[in-house]
Amino acid sequence: MAGSDTGVRASADGGAPDTVKILIAGGFGVGKTTMVGSVSEIRPLRTEESLTMASLDVDDLDGVEEKRVTTVAMDFGRITVSDDLVLYLFGTPGQQRFWFMWNDLALGALGAVVLVDVRRPKSSFAAIDFFERRGIPFVVAVNGFHGEHPYPVEDIKEALTLPEDVPVLLCDARERESSRDVLIALIDLLIAQAAATAG
Amino acid sequence: MGGTDRSGRLVRPFTLTGGRTRPSRADFTLITTVTTVDPQPETGARPQPEHLRILRLCERPMAVAELSARLDLPVSVVAIMLSDLLEAGRITVRAPRSVTTPDTDLLQKVREGLGRL
Repeated sequence: MAGSDTGVRASADGGAPDTVKILIAGGFGVGKTTMVGSVSEIRPLRTEESLTMASLDVDDLDGVEEKRVTTVAMDFGRITVSDDLVLYLFGTPGQQRFWFMWNDLALGALGAVVLVDVRRPKSSFAAIDFFERRGIPFVVAVNGFHGEHPYPVEDIKEALTLPEDVPVLLCDARERESSRDVLIALIDLLIAQAAATAG
Repeated sequence: MGGTDRSGRLVRPFTLTGGRTRPSRADFTLITTVTTVDPQPETGARPQPEHLRILRLCERPMAVAELSARLDLPVSVVAIMLSDLLEAGRITVRAPRSVTTPDTDLLQKVREGLGRL
């Protein structure tokens, strides 16, 4: 069982805390790093992953693959939940051409926040689509422009053609409390789903 | 399209890893936690300078992503160096909490932690 597993690891890892992660996704320039930074206990850090991509039009017969190396940057922050549990927040790369990166990022995530720019909601379509297709739980947080929210939640929900059960919140990613409330809404969704699964 | 990033910036880190581009062992995710073994084993080859930097940074547990950011090296490169250190018995690693099955206790704990922010 998982319980005994944890015990064994705890004795061999120098008292390292458990770690979990949440993804902050959305279109380019929607405020992902701003949100990470507003709730993180550390200034957001940037990590780079270099990815080797096999090119799609490979001639298998000669056994030589043409490969390209590309670098993807991710910003992330940290919230120490308790002595033995640390939550990491990862901003997904915003550029569309890095969507393939999200598969690795999404692996093992509790869930995701999809940030939506109130002026350009469509720029977050790809992110919504990604999490919907993979069945990864997410909430949608509409980031106001200078904190302004000209449209009601219902209009945005309709514009994004979101399923009824996806929570939509209005937020100001610059504000710690606002960003925190978005994360809490995600956790509440996860708790509700867990309860439903347990039946 | 990209593909022009084959600069010295990327070439040099891989010389730190003896040309290998994949960890020889273990799966180092972004939030796998690394801790330096104390005291260090006295056998084996002397760690290289970059390895020593990792050992210093991980005197207290540190996640791979954070290590990568602080070393200013790509995650994939850091993971290879961590494989070396793990094989040499110089670090211990802790895998992330599994989230494949819903864990209400864990979620409650996260919620309470966020509530304190």
